[in-house]
This record gives sequence, C-alpha cells and structure tokens, in this order.
Amino acid sequence: MNTPSLRHAALTVATVVLTACGGGAQPQPSAAENATQNLQINGAGATFPYPIYSKWFSEYNKLHPNVRINYQSIGSGGGIRQLLNQTVFFGATDGPMADEQLKSAPGPILHLPTVLGAVVPVYNVPGVTAELKFTGPVLADMYLGEVKKWNDPAIAKLNPGVKLPASDITIVHRSDGSGTTYIFVDYLSKVSPEFKTTVGVNTSVNWPVGVGGKGNEGVTGLVSQSPGSVGYVELIYALQTKIGFGDVQNAAGEFVKASVDSVTRAAAAASANMPADFRVSITNAEGAGSYPISSFTWILLYENPTDKAAAKAMVDFMHWALSDGQKYCADLGYAPLPDSVVKLEEAALQKIKVS
Amino acid sequence: MRSRDLGFRLSVGAFAAALLLVVAAIGFELARQSWPSLQRFGFDFWRTSTWDPVAGEFGALPFIWGTLYSSILALLIATPISLGIAVFVSELCPPMLRSPLIFLTELLAAIPSIVYGLWGIFVLVPFVRMLETWTPESVRAISLFSGPPLGVGMLAAGLVLAVMVVPFTSAVAREVLKTVPVTQREAAYALGATRFEAIRAAMFFARTGIVGAIMLGFGRALGETMAVTMVIGNNPQVSLSLFAPQYTMSAVIANEFTEATDELYLSALVEIGLVLFIITLLVNGLSRALIWSMARRMPSKAAA
Amino acid sequence: MTASPRKILSSLFVAACALSVALALVPLVLIMFFVISQGIQSLNLDFFIHDPRPVGEVGGGMRNAIVGTLMLTGLAAAIAVPIGVVSGIYLSEYRGTRFASTVRFAADTLNGVPSIVIGVFAYGVAVLPFRHFSMLAGGLALGIMMIPIIARTTEELLLLVPHALREGALALGATRAKAVITVLVPAALPGIITGVVLALARVAGETAPLLFTSFGNPFFSTSLTQPVSSITVQVFNYAISPYEDWHRQAWAGALVLVTIVLICSVLARLATARVARIGGQ
Repeated sequence: MNTPSLRHAALTVATVVLTACGGGAQPQPSAAENATQNLQINGAGATFPYPIYSKWFSEYNKLHPNVRINYQSIGSGGGIRQLLNQTVFFGATDGPMADEQLKSAPGPILHLPTVLGAVVPVYNVPGVTAELKFTGPVLADMYLGEVKKWNDPAIAKLNPGVKLPASDITIVHRSDGSGTTYIFVDYLSKVSPEFKTTVGVNTSVNWPVGVGGKGNEGVTGLVSQSPGSVGYVELIYALQTKIGFGDVQNAAGEFVKASVDSVTRAAAAASANMPADFRVSITNAEGAGSYPISSFTWILLYENPTDKAAAKAMVDFMHWALSDGQKYCADLGYAPLPDSVVKLEEAALQKIKVS
Repeated sequence: MRSRDLGFRLSVGAFAAALLLVVAAIGFELARQSWPSLQRFGFDFWRTSTWDPVAGEFGALPFIWGTLYSSILALLIATPISLGIAVFVSELCPPMLRSPLIFLTELLAAIPSIVYGLWGIFVLVPFVRMLETWTPESVRAISLFSGPPLGVGMLAAGLVLAVMVVPFTSAVAREVLKTVPVTQREAAYALGATRFEAIRAAMFFARTGIVGAIMLGFGRALGETMAVTMVIGNNPQVSLSLFAPQYTMSAVIANEFTEATDELYLSALVEIGLVLFIITLLVNGLSRALIWSMARRMPSKAAA
Repeated sequence: MTASPRKILSSLFVAACALSVALALVPLVLIMFFVISQGIQSLNLDFFIHDPRPVGEVGGGMRNAIVGTLMLTGLAAAIAVPIGVVSGIYLSEYRGTRFASTVRFAADTLNGVPSIVIGVFAYGVAVLPFRHFSMLAGGLALGIMMIPIIARTTEELLLLVPHALREGALALGATRAKAVITVLVPAALPGIITGVVLALARVAGETAPLLFTSFGNPFFSTSLTQPVSSITVQVFNYAISPYEDWHRQAWAGALVLVTIVLICSVLARLATARVARIGGQ
C-alpha cells in the first residue's frame, strides 16, 4: 500500500504527543530551565500595571541577565486563578483577593503593593471645553440612570458658569471584567448607599444603564466618538490619549484632579491604618489633596513556594522594585508608593521562605 | 482485496474517530465545569435575563438572543454577496481578473479579528452612527429601528460579522462551483438558457456543497468573539432593534472569563459555552435535515 | 429578439454578481488602508530582528512573536492537516454510514465553538495537568480549531470529483485505498489546499485561545514546553495599552500577520498548480 503520507502524518502526530507528555513531566510550577544558568519566572495578572511591570522586568534583566521574568496581562481574576492553580509563580491584581479565595489556596499568599493607580471620569460634552467637576454621589446617580441629562441641576450646581447642553447622557462602562471597574464601583458604593445595594462591588457588575466598551481603550474610543457621553478609565489612558477628564470631590470636600501627586497622597493617608496583609481599599481617602478614586495594585506571592531559586530571585526583585523601581513610575504615569508603605513591605518580604 | 480495504477503512476511520473524540471531550468538559451553575439554575438559565455577578444571579437569554440575531443577520447579508462573488469569479469574470480577485477575497480572511474590531470602532461605528442619525422619524417608529443613534449595536455587529464570513463562504462556494462538470453548463446553453439560467443549473448541481459553504460561514459567525465585542455595545438586553446595543455569548465569555474567580460565576460562564455548543448542535441538525431533503429530491450525487 | 424578460433577468443577475464583488472589496480596501497607514511607520528592520522593549525605549520589535506565530501555526497544521484531511476522506468515502453522519455533525459543531472555549478546553487538557503553559498547548488549541474546516472542505471537494475518475481507477484494479489516495485526493487537491489555507488564516489571527495556552513571552523562545509569544497576543497587548508607540507597533504586527498568511496562501496555490500540471488534470 502506497501510503507514505499517511505514515508520515501518523509519525508526526505521535512525536508531538510524546514530546508533550515528556516535556511536561516537571511537577514544579513554572520552574527554572536550568537552576544555575537561566531562570525563567512566569507571572500573570492585571492589565493596568503591565507597562510599568514590563519596564521593571526589562531593567532588572539588564542588571541580572540570567533572570527572565515573564509577565502576561490576562486580567486580575486570571492572575489569581493561575496562581491558585500554580501554573504561574506570581500573580498580580488590582483588587485584593477575597477571604474564601485565600482559604482555598494551597498555601499562604502575600499581597504586596507595587504602584498606585487612579480612575478618572472622562467625558465628551459638545460645547464644553472647561474641566467639569463631579461628586461621588452625582457620578453614582448618573451610572444608576437617575441623572439623565447634562444640564441636570445636580451637575449644573457643581459647575457654575459652564453652559451644559440639554442632551442625554450616554453612559459608557467596561464590558470586560476589570480591576478598573472594581476600583470605580468600590468608590461609588462607599459614597452612595443606593449604588451599593443596586449594583455592588465586583470586577464585573450588572450595570443599570449604558454601553460597554472593551478595555480602557474601548471606553476611551467610545467616549471620544460619542457626543454627550461619560466613561471611566485609568489615569494613564486619559493622560496618553489627552481626553478631557474631570475633577472629583474628595472626603475633605475639595475638588481634586487626578495626578501622580494626588494619588500618592491618598495612599499616604491610608497607610496610617494599613492592615498587616496590605489588603486595603484606599478609595474615598481622607486627607488634603488626596484623589478619591485611587487604588493600590498588588503582586501576589506564596509565602512558602517549592521553587526556592525563583523565590530568592523574586524577593530580590521586589526589594529592587520598591526602591530603584519606583523611579520609573512618574514617566509612565504611575504614582509611586509612599515611603511609609515601602517600609512595611520590606519587613513583610522577610516572610517569604527562600531556602 | 477486501482485507486491504478493511485496513484502509479502519485507519481512515480512526482519524475520523479522533475528531469525534475531541468534540465529545469538549462537550463533556463544558458540562462538567458548568455543573454548579446547571444545578443552581436549571432551565431558568435559558429563560431569564438578569446577569448579576455581584448578586450571583445568572440568566443567559439576552446572550442567546444576541448571538442568534447577529449571526443570522450576518448570514443574510453575507450569503448573497458570497455567492455573487463565487459566481462572478468562477463563471463570469475575465480570466485575467480571476487570480487577483481570489487573492483579494483571501486577504479578507487573513485579517486578524482584533483588527476587524479596531477598524470597527474607528471606522464602522461612526459610519453606522451617521446612518442611524439620518434615519427619518417615520422609519424610527418601527421597533426594528428604534433607539438612540449610538453607532454600536446589532447593526454594526451584523455588518462586521458579514465581512468576516464572506471570504469563507465565497471561497468554498467558488471551489464547489469550479468542480461542476462543464457538460452541465454546455447542456444548459445548448437548450437555449441565458447565463443566469445556466449558472442556476450549475448551482443546483452543487447545492449541497453550497449549503455546506453557508454553514461554514454560519459557524464562523456564531463563534466570533473579538470583533463583535468591540462594536456591539455589550448591553445584555433582548431587543428587536438593529440600533440597540446588545450582547453575544462568545463576547460575554471573552469579557468576563479571565476576571471571574468565584465558582458559581465561572461555572455560569462555562455554561454559556455549553449553551452555545448545544445551539450549534441544533442548528447543524436543522441544516442536515435541509440538505437531506434537498438531496432526496434529485439523487444526482450517488454515493461512491 | 431584444430584451426578453429572461435576458433582462440574466443581465441583472450578472450585474448583481459584479456588485457583490465591489461591495466585498470596499471594506477590504478600507481596512487595508487603515492597517497600512497606521502600521507602515513602525515597519523597519528593528521590527524583525529585535524583541519587544518597554515603553519609551526605541528599537523594540516583534522578532519573538513572528517566530512564535510561525511555529504555533506550523504545530497546529501538523496536528490538524492529518486528522482533518483523513477525516474528510472518511466522510466522503463512507458517506452513508451512521458513524460518518455523527462525525460530520461533530465537525460542524466544532466549527461553531468560540475560540475562547477551545482555549479553556486546551488549558484543562494540556496546561493544568502539567502546571505549565507551553507552545504545544497553544498549537493544540489552534489545531483543534482548524480540524473541522479542513475536514468539511476535503469532504465536499472529494465528493465533487467526477465519478469517471473513480470508476476508471477501480476498473484498472486499484483497491479503494489506492483509488482514493492516488487519484481522488490529487484531483481534489487545489480545493483541499484552499481549505487548509482558510483554516490557517482562521487560526493565525486568533488571540483568545492562546492567552490560556501558549501564554506569551517577552523573551525569545523556541522551546515546545515553554510559553511563547505570538503576533496576535503581542498586538493585543499593545493595542490595549495607552501608548502611541505601542499602538503603531500593533498595527505593524497586524500588517506582518496578514502578509504571512497571504504568502502561505500564494505558495500553497503555486505548489498545487504544479501538482495539477504534473498530474495532467
């Protein structure tokens, strides 16, 4: 029988299958290729810090050429899941893990804040070039669908002297689950009891009104193209795309525009009462000049991982990130951690067993 | 001779069995991982419309509606165009144009879906918004065209899906038409048929292949994720209006899967995958019945 | 005899077909113009010989992603072409059997499964048990997606091979196997290749299934058992970022991807044209 092609094909399939079985036989999660030479460490999680993390890992690799840290931004929830499944060595998240998740983990997990981010309200109102002022309750009412037009008295009161049109507000929110949404609804739930009961807090919620854009860029795209719309995005996106964003009133009553400085202040105010595991929400923070919709973003590490070489490298990396690494933040639009938090973390890093 | 044929049948059959095994494994995995949600909601999952991850309430009706509506809309737009292209390229166009045209339609298939999505946001959606704004009030009154002119919505999704389906359906239809024996057409012309009538005869001859091409396109539309989620508005509502933002099954899975961490939420998302799987089974069943009734009427392609 | 209704109908039909072609070309031109104008600026030598660099550093490229995509689609094809083509042969040869109907049904269903669901499946089968993202898992996910397209196209094309060819082969004393393999498949080969190319185009542009299987890798890697970068994942990461430079690189990546698929398609056509000529079709 003249079946060279069939035989060849069968051989190829067999080889592929055998290689898959043989190559995957390592029991350790994302282990090193060769302990003394190149160390490859895999991590996954939030999309928000992807730019700064990729900068950090690249810089760290220049200092330690044998350590290659591979970070993929598949989302905070994805990062947590992969960490729990032990297919990655570390995770990254914009929203802290819940108690049940920590309990279900194979071992204790540390939350380590790395940088700060902020969520800003972006808008596109025809005829309005001024910087609009919002309060938490007003934003909540807009997203609940109760404030429907731009010239609603609630908005007009906050912005005297600005000519607001009588057009409908088009609400834009995120369609995909995200830490950005988590931070935003966490804030709105704190300032509006009705929002808390109707919508609640999660990376994905049941929005009463509006259209969903995919990702920060989807929201930015929709808002910039739809007259009369409002949305929420990470500060970096607003800065980079130069879309107009408004001020938000903080707990002290001031109208604050999000910036590297105002976000760091929010964290500093919260660090006084920092819990030992760093799982804290800093939205609606007290203190002068603090921006109310700010948040930490965390790296997640097991306290007692099996791969000691990787553990040692990651701990060393974290020390570097908390000191030299913070220098790279401002250029990329991230707010660095306040010193008080850094000190607490350096102490917490001792908990990780590297030998 | 017989044993060698048996050997052939078994070895070839083994590969076909592998295909079947993969599909069965996928179906099984989907059912297994959606078990918590299946237990909790039962058939209500198919009927109810609330999708609330915070409260743990999950109903998939808006997504089912959105997927079927957008895919059927895409098929309605894409099928005539694809068949027109297939006919033009295989029958009507000057031979010089043939290769360039084939090349161009394949170019459409080569474009990654995320590029379709981004093009959709920046070019298609504003265009659709313009169309929506120009629609006269009298037409707006009909529920098919009601709603504010957002641009994102069912119409944009249907259009983007149609563009993505066209290269598939037209390529397969073209190949199918090419293999219709020349004698068929010659006979038709000899009997005095116009071009249209001769081509119609050729299409009739190849009808099961053409239905197969359409089904391939339908499958593509059902499963498309990235491009759709960027232009459909992602609002889980059941609406007849082409202008209304809606949501599809693959879009919600893609949007929420990586972020879902609690077990019920994850299993609800996987259950949506299961629902899509079942719907694809049902749609296939229907088309099988269609093809069977078509083949029955004229047994031209006798089994080998 | 001028303008009989049948002739008018025929002319309208021809016009409608030409119109469909024009309609299909409009979005194509728009999209290609969009991609090229956005991407051409970033398309320089660095793009092909360097790996990604963080924001703000010049000279970053997509070398690892290009190699990754080529290897992933090659792996996917290695899995899917044998299973798809041979299944297609079974479906056309043993058409009437219950088993064939079941397999055909299964193939059409598989075609409709969204890519992210297949990615999740491949994750459960090829990543989780080994606690390891890998190129193999990515190739598996893509391969699964290719199988139904190849199988159904192969089946349909084999069915349309004229009976005379089959009967001739059998009359000359060939076994069924020999008839199929040496006569029918070569006769249907151009169509089968179209199916393979379509399937390749379909999967080369996929992102979602790769996120859970081949994962992604900013470093250059050709290992089968390690995560690997791919053009689509890299384009996705860049496209959703806020940085203009990365956006331009994303468009350049999209342009490269489209070009790769086209080159494969053209090469495949040239190869089968030679086969057809040699086979005296």
